[in-house]
Amino acid sequence: MLARLNLALLALLAPTLSFAGDAISATEKQPLNLHAIGMFVLFVSMTLGITYWAAGRTKSAADFYTAGGGITGFQNGLAIAGDYMSAATLLGLTALVYTKGVDGYIYMIAFFAGWPIILFLMAERLRNLGKFTFADITSYRLNQGKVRTMAAVSSLTVVCFYLVAQMVGAGQLIKLLFGLDYTIALFVVGALMMVYVTFGGMVATTWVQIIKACMLLAGGTLVMILAMSQFGFSFENLMTKAISVHSLGEKILFPGSLLPDPVTALSLGLGLMFGTAGLPHILMRFFTVTNAKEARKSVLYASGFVAYFFNVILLMGLAAIIIVGQNPDFFEGGKIGGKIVGGGNMVAMHLAKAVGGNLLLGFLSAVAFATILAVVSGLALAGAASISHDIYARVIRKGKATETEELRISKLSSIGLGLVAIVLGILFEKMNVAFMVALAFGIAASANFPVLILSMYWKGLTTRGAVIGGYVGLVAAVLFVLLSKSVWVTVLGNAQALFPYDQPALFSMPLAFLVTIVLSKLDNSAEAQAERAAFEDQYVRAQTGFGAADASSH
Amino acid sequence: MSSSSSQSAVYARIRRNPRFAELVAKRQGFATILSVIVLTIFYGFFMVVAFQPQVIGQRLSEGSYLTVGIAVELFMFIFFWVLTAVYVKRANGEFDAMTAEIIRDASKEVK
Repeated sequence: MLARLNLALLALLAPTLSFAGDAISATEKQPLNLHAIGMFVLFVSMTLGITYWAAGRTKSAADFYTAGGGITGFQNGLAIAGDYMSAATLLGLTALVYTKGVDGYIYMIAFFAGWPIILFLMAERLRNLGKFTFADITSYRLNQGKVRTMAAVSSLTVVCFYLVAQMVGAGQLIKLLFGLDYTIALFVVGALMMVYVTFGGMVATTWVQIIKACMLLAGGTLVMILAMSQFGFSFENLMTKAISVHSLGEKILFPGSLLPDPVTALSLGLGLMFGTAGLPHILMRFFTVTNAKEARKSVLYASGFVAYFFNVILLMGLAAIIIVGQNPDFFEGGKIGGKIVGGGNMVAMHLAKAVGGNLLLGFLSAVAFATILAVVSGLALAGAASISHDIYARVIRKGKATETEELRISKLSSIGLGLVAIVLGILFEKMNVAFMVALAFGIAASANFPVLILSMYWKGLTTRGAVIGGYVGLVAAVLFVLLSKSVWVTVLGNAQALFPYDQPALFSMPLAFLVTIVLSKLDNSAEAQAERAAFEDQYVRAQTGFGAADASSH
Repeated sequence: MSSSSSQSAVYARIRRNPRFAELVAKRQGFATILSVIVLTIFYGFFMVVAFQPQVIGQRLSEGSYLTVGIAVELFMFIFFWVLTAVYVKRANGEFDAMTAEIIRDASKEVK
């Protein structure tokens, strides 16, 4: 049951999980899809045009990291939705509803419920205290060198795991959708990502995400409407037919293997909710808006789009049960109920073809490719900011680097991260990389989130507590995942998992909180006293935004 | 990231303003209540899924294809989003107006 949960989880979290499964069994290339390639070329030309325009407007470090803080709440809301909804959302979740019914819907609410919490507890403080990276907030009154190093190490770990997962998923997906070779696909994704980020910085990255979000919303809505028209737009009609033809029958209305026990359910819920609140590329988006007002609006729009799209996916998945599941053309050898052509993740694509022909299939394929590009660009930019702004400018040069030097390092870092992503993507092609997404969320929830939230809310936090607590959270999350079934058994081939749950958050996150709080309380050094005293000014700025304006005045 | 001394003086004045304490108490209280509502409904639903999965698939009424699970989840999607809208409206209106007034007063006094 845990293995199935893990599979489902991975399918949701990133293209990787389900693709990883398919990668081993179904690596055959599809014939060249000319509609898809044509539309993708159109998307790439448009985004490269925007990058050229953005390059002219990217002069200062603030332009590069945060688009000069000039993004509106509505634009940022779309960009956050574009950053958050990966190809896995479209493909993996549709497939999950198709195979398991209501389980997929339960998964989606877990993915959504973190957003209101981010708004209520974090959005305005993030905007009021942050500048370019979330380490600006955690190191606000603590030791710059130590705290930024810790934040950069955990951010880069999160970015690398997430990036590899996306790259491997991208290679598999593109091979399936476009008929391109895996290695060529990785080079195309890596090269485009480097161009967007290096030349266009946050301005280009934001617009790539906005365009992609619009394409995703439009493509999904179109498929949903065309599919629903076959059922007279009646949900009851759709459900009756889906239950009557699905092999699980009535059982698609009940939770299945997704949440086998309360521990897994709670750990999954915690990991998704607070992992989202610790992902460096998501946090960075809050620094691109003018003020706290726009930061709040960003979440309002982003969560609205995400909630809407998840409900579209539910309808798509249910409609696919009848439209795809009853059409022999979509099964290998024409046997209904057998193996789906191209693997389980192709359900959404088959549905598009069934209701809108090759043109709609091509459009949805281009959407999936655009989605991957947008997500990896956001990750690469967040990783580059950690290297150049935190490590280079603040730790190595101790704040003495000029803006030109810092910008040069950030551009070199983007290229470096692109190359690392391509190389790791090729190395991990045949491996099951599903665990990497769970790990990225686990680390984000255990290393980034506790220190970040305590730095904003708790006066007593000291450097010693934050640094050791952060590293403990990082190591614990990595160890728990390493010893869990998904790595210890599935990847390393051992017989028995040493840690019984695939989700680390329920254990590693409280551990990080505990260590951070206890060590901070025990810390009575002179620095610790000064750090506690400095909370007062930080608190007023967090609450009022006074003094934060300089972050967006460029 | 040390604040300049004039900035620190403003921060000190803001802190002494009783309106600031009022703003923080009001906004924090409001955000906490909304968070508790979201977390209770969300984890409550997850516990039902874990312990009483048969409840999720029950029909709302005889012959209806709307089940408890689908209805509650649709409700959560809409209700949680409405709560974000409620918070944004109050924070961007009432709370931000208070904040602007507090900053204006503190800056004036310094000069």
